[in-house]
Amino acid sequence: MTELSKTGAAVGEPVKGPSDGSTAFLDVRDLKVHFPTDDGLVKSVDGLSFSLEKGKTLCIVGESGSGKSVTSLAVMGLHRLGARGKNVRMSGEIWLGGKELISAEPDEVRRLRGREMAMIFQDPLSAMHPYYTIGSQIVEAYRVHHDVNKKTARKRAIEMLDRVGIPEPGKRVDNYPHEFSGGMRQRAMIAMALVNNPELLIADEPTTALDVTVQAQILDLIRDLQKEFGSAVVLITHDLGVVAEIADDVLVMYGGRCVERGSVDDVFERPQHPYTWGLLGSMPRIDRETSERLIPVKGQPPSLINVPSGCAFHPRCPYADIPKGDVTRTVRPELQPVGSGHFSACHLSAEDRTRIWTEEIAPKL
Amino acid sequence: MISYILRRTLAAVILLLVVTAVTFAIFFLLPRLAGQTADQLAQQYIGKSPTQADIEAVKQNLGLDQPVYVQYWDFIKGIVSGATYDLGPTTAHCSAPCFGYSFKTHVEVWPQLTDRLPVTVSLAAGAAVLWLVGGVTAGVISALKPRSFADRTFMGIALAGVSLPMFFTGQLALFLFTFQWPIFGREYVPFTENPSQWANTLFPAWCSLALLYSAIYARLTRSGMLETMNEDFIRSARAKGLRERKVVVRHGLRAALTPIITVFGMDLGLLLGGAVITETVFSLHGIGEYAVQSIRDNDLPPILGVTLLAAFFVVLANFLVDLLYAAADPRVRIS
Amino acid sequence: MSETKKSDAAVPAQASAPAAEREVLLKVEGLQKHFPIRKGVLQRQVGAVKAVDGIDFEVRKGETLGVVGESGCGKSTMGRVITRLQDPTGGSIHFEGKDITRLNTAGMRPLRRDIQMIFQDPYGSLNPRHTIGSIVSAPFRLQGVEPEGGVKKEVQRLLELVGLSPEHYNRYPHEFSGGQRQRIGIARALALKPKLVVADEPVSALDVSIQAQVVNLMDDLQEELGLTYVIIAHDLSVVRHVSDRIAVMYLGKIVELADRTSLYEAPMHPYTKALMSAVPVPDPKRRGAKSERILLRGDVPSPIAPPPGCRFHTRCWKATEVCRTVEPPLLELRPGQRVACHHPENFEDQQPQDTVLLTAAKEAAELVADEVLAESAQTSAAVAAEVAAVAPKTGKAAEPAAEASEPAAEASEPAAEAPEPAAGKSSDAPAEGDDK
Repeated sequence: MTELSKTGAAVGEPVKGPSDGSTAFLDVRDLKVHFPTDDGLVKSVDGLSFSLEKGKTLCIVGESGSGKSVTSLAVMGLHRLGARGKNVRMSGEIWLGGKELISAEPDEVRRLRGREMAMIFQDPLSAMHPYYTIGSQIVEAYRVHHDVNKKTARKRAIEMLDRVGIPEPGKRVDNYPHEFSGGMRQRAMIAMALVNNPELLIADEPTTALDVTVQAQILDLIRDLQKEFGSAVVLITHDLGVVAEIADDVLVMYGGRCVERGSVDDVFERPQHPYTWGLLGSMPRIDRETSERLIPVKGQPPSLINVPSGCAFHPRCPYADIPKGDVTRTVRPELQPVGSGHFSACHLSAEDRTRIWTEEIAPKL
Repeated sequence: MISYILRRTLAAVILLLVVTAVTFAIFFLLPRLAGQTADQLAQQYIGKSPTQADIEAVKQNLGLDQPVYVQYWDFIKGIVSGATYDLGPTTAHCSAPCFGYSFKTHVEVWPQLTDRLPVTVSLAAGAAVLWLVGGVTAGVISALKPRSFADRTFMGIALAGVSLPMFFTGQLALFLFTFQWPIFGREYVPFTENPSQWANTLFPAWCSLALLYSAIYARLTRSGMLETMNEDFIRSARAKGLRERKVVVRHGLRAALTPIITVFGMDLGLLLGGAVITETVFSLHGIGEYAVQSIRDNDLPPILGVTLLAAFFVVLANFLVDLLYAAADPRVRIS
Repeated sequence: MSETKKSDAAVPAQASAPAAEREVLLKVEGLQKHFPIRKGVLQRQVGAVKAVDGIDFEVRKGETLGVVGESGCGKSTMGRVITRLQDPTGGSIHFEGKDITRLNTAGMRPLRRDIQMIFQDPYGSLNPRHTIGSIVSAPFRLQGVEPEGGVKKEVQRLLELVGLSPEHYNRYPHEFSGGQRQRIGIARALALKPKLVVADEPVSALDVSIQAQVVNLMDDLQEELGLTYVIIAHDLSVVRHVSDRIAVMYLGKIVELADRTSLYEAPMHPYTKALMSAVPVPDPKRRGAKSERILLRGDVPSPIAPPPGCRFHTRCWKATEVCRTVEPPLLELRPGQRVACHHPENFEDQQPQDTVLLTAAKEAAELVADEVLAESAQTSAAVAAEVAAVAPKTGKAAEPAAEASEPAAEASEPAAEAPEPAAGKSSDAPAEGDDK
C-alpha cells in the first residue's frame, strides 16, 4: 500500500520518512488495523496517515466505529497485548521520535509506553484499578521507568497531583479512585499519564464522561500542561466543540479512513467533505438560536466488515450522484490536497464543493 | 471498618442462634406438630425393643413432656454448662459443651465430634490447597490463552472433574494407588504423630476431592480472568508500560480472585461440616462418616450435633469471607 | 417560598408570553425526593441524599420544557418522580389539575397512558428477547387497549411514524443500531398517544449525526401529535435547540427557569452563566475569546449536606454574606424569567447593600476574566439605573408579586420590587461577616 504516500508525494507534500529526514515527532503511514472475526474481517483502520509535531494538538473526530480509538491504541501498541493480541493484523508504519513501532520488538515498545507516549481514557473510574490507591497507581507508573525507591516515587506522585490541581495532594494520594469525584479522577489520570514527562499524550475522549464545567477545567489543564511540557497531543473526540477549542489540526475519520484533514480553521471554515458538512450540520449549537431543523446525516454508520464500495460514505451522501458515472460507487477516493495542508477524499469537483458549501451548507449553520 | 466488623459479628451471632433454633425445632417441634406423642419421640432415642422405663427416662432427661422452648433453653444451657442425664441405675454426665448424648451408644456427642474433627479438617485443608493451586493456575492459563491447546486440555479435565461423581473417582484412586500400586498408606495417621505419614495416607483422598473442586475453580477463575483482562484498568496498566506478567498478577489476578474468595470460603465451610462421600469412600473417621453412621443407626442426638457444627462452620466461613472481602476490596468498606 | 408561589400564580396573567396562555398540563410544587442514608450497627438513618429538594415549575400543553444541570443535580430523579416511577418524599404533583402525588399503582394505571418516559440507554431499555413488535405493542397489552385496526397494524403504523420500516416488526433489538433502538423506544412511548412525554437524556448515547435524526424526529412528532415534552439533558446545545423554556438545576434546586431566548442571551443566575460559558462552541474563531469562559472552582458539593443559604455560594464569584445565610427565593425578576439569586447577572442587584465578597468568592473570581466581571457590573448598573428612574412611580407597592401580574408593567418593573422583602430580612445580617 503505497498509493497514499504516493499521492502525498505527487501533490508536493514531501514524503518525510525518518529515512528521508522527517521532522514530525509522530508520523503514521498507511496504518491498517484489521481484526479477523467469525463474521469476517473487521477493517477498523484501513490506510490512515498523519503526522504531528511536538507542541501541537491533533484532534481525530468521527463517530463510534470510525476507527479513531483503534488508531490511538495502535500507536500505543496496546492491540497486540492480551488474549486477542495475536489475532490483530497490523501493517503500515508508526514513527515516534525516529523509531518505527510496528516492526519493533514488543519489549522495546513497552519501554516507550508510559515514558515517551502516555494515554488517558474516557472513563477514569473504570480506567483505574479499584483496589489500589491513586498514589500507588501513580507510583507504579513512575517506577516502571525510573529506578527509584518508593519514597521518592511517592513524592513525585504528590507533586504531580498538586500540578494537576488536586487540593491537599499529600492526603488525597492515599485515597482510592472511588473516593474521588469524576473530574478529580480524570485529573489523577492525567497526573499518572504525565508522571514520566511523555512527549506524546494520547487522550481518548477524555472529557466525554464529564460534566461541561468539569470538561472546561480538564481541557484547560491539558492545554496548560501541553504548553509547559511541550508535548504532542492526540485528542480523540466526537465533539466538534472540543475540537474547535483545543485543536491545531483536525483529522476526520469515516469507516476506518481519513476523509478530511487540515488545520482547525480549514476544517471549520472551508470544510471540503460532505461528511464533515454533515457533522457540522447535525450539531445543535449553543451560541445560536435556530428554530430550524438540524441537518442530520441520513442513514446509519457503515459496517466495517462490508465497507461500502467506492467512497464508503456514498450511501449516506446527498451529493453522491453529482460526479458523472458511478465513480462514487466504484472508485475509492484518495486524499487530495484542496489547499495548503488541507486534504479531502471526495470525488466532487472543487467547484461543486465550493458551491455546495457556500450556497447550501454554510448559510444553514 | 470497625462498625462494619461489629455489624457482621452481630449478624453472625444472630444467624447462629437462628440456625440452632431452627435445627432444634426440626428435631423436636416438627414431630410434635406431626402428631407424635412424647413417648413416641422418646422411643426413637433408644435402641430396638425399649422398655417403658427407658422411654420414661429419656422423656425425663430430654424434657420431652415440657414445652419446646424449655427444651431449647435446657439444650443451650447444656452447651454452656454441661448436663447430667439420669439413666436409672447410673447417671451420665455430659460435660460442657454438651451437644447431646446418645442414648443408643451411651456416648457423649461432643467428644466424638472433637475426635473426628482433625480428620475432617485435614482432609478439607489439604484438598483446599490442592484445588486452589491447581484450579486457579489452570484457570489463569486458560484465560490468558483462550482456545489454545492448554485451555482446551484444562477445560476438558474440568468438565470431567465436574461430571464424574466422587464415589467413582474416589474408588478409582483408592483402587489404583492403594491396592494396585500401594504407594499410599491406608490407615489415617494424625498430623501430630507423623506428618509425612499423615500426608501420605490422605493424598489419594485429597486428589479425588480436589479434582472435583479444582474443576469448578478453574472455570470460575477462567471466566473471572477473561472478564478482568478486558477491563479498562488492565488497558491502563499496560499503557503505563508494565511488563505483561505484572499486569496479569498485580492487576488482573487481584481483581479476578476477589470474588473467588467468597466461593472458596463457603466451600471450605461446607466441607468442614463433613465430606460425607469422600470420608466414606476412604474410610476416614471424620465428621461426615459420623453423620452417616448416626443416620444409619437412627441416632438423633449425634445428627443434631453434626448439623449444628456444620452450620457453625458455614456461618463462620461466611463471616470470615465478609471480612476478607472488605480487606481486599476498598469499595466494600464504605457502605 | 410564598413569594414563589404567588409569582407562579401570576404567570398565566402575563399577556406578553404566548406560551403562558396555554393550559397547564403538569404542575409541580415544593417537590422533594430524599434518599435515606443508614449507618452503624443498627442501620439508623443518619441523613439523606437530597436529590430533589423543593422545586416548583409547571409544564404547559404543547411546550417543551428542558431541564439541564450537571450530574448529581437531581434532574433524572426529578424525571422519575414526576412520572411517579419513584415516590416523592414531599411536595405535590398535579397532572391536568388532578393531584397525582399519592396515587398508588392502581390509581396511576390510567395515567400511565398519558405520561410516558423515554430513557437514555437504548440498549438497556429494550428487552433483548422480545421482538420489536412485542416491545412496541406492550403498552396496548398492559393497558388492555385494542387500537382501531388491530394491534399489529397500529404498531406498524407507529414504526413508520418514527422512521422505521413496518417489516421490522418481527426483528430483535440487537439487529438495530443505537439510533434505531432509540426510535423503537420512542415508538413504544407514543403507542398510547400520551399527553406528556418525559425524556431522560434521549440522545446523549447517540452519535452526533444520529442524534440530529432523533432530535428532528421528536420535533416532528411534537408538531404532528401535539405532544408535551419534558426533556432532561446535560447537553446545553441540544436543550437550547429543542426547548421552549428551560429549567437549570443545581444541587436539587431550580436556580433559574426562563424561556429559551432570555436564558441563553441574558442568563441571570451566575451558575447558568458559568454553565453556558463552559460549553465549547464549534467555532475556532471563538477560541481567542476564551476569556468569556467562567471556570468554576472545585466540584459540586455533596447533596447530603448542601451548603446553607444559596447552594451555589461555595463556588460563586459573586457570593457575599447574605448568600451564605439566606436562601434566595425563585423570583420572577423579568416576565418569563425566574431566578433564585441575590446578585443576579444582567439585572439589578437584589442585595446591593451586601457588597463584601466571601473569601471563597474572591478566589473564584480570580478564575473569571476581568472583562466578564466588568461587563456584568456594567449591565447590572444599567438595569439599576433604569429601575431607579421608574422606581418612584411604583415604589409604594407593598406586594411585589402583585406588581408582577400587572400586565401593563414594564419588563423590569415587577422585578424591581421583588427584592424588598428579602432585603429587609437580610439587612440585619452584617455584611462584613468574616471577610477581612
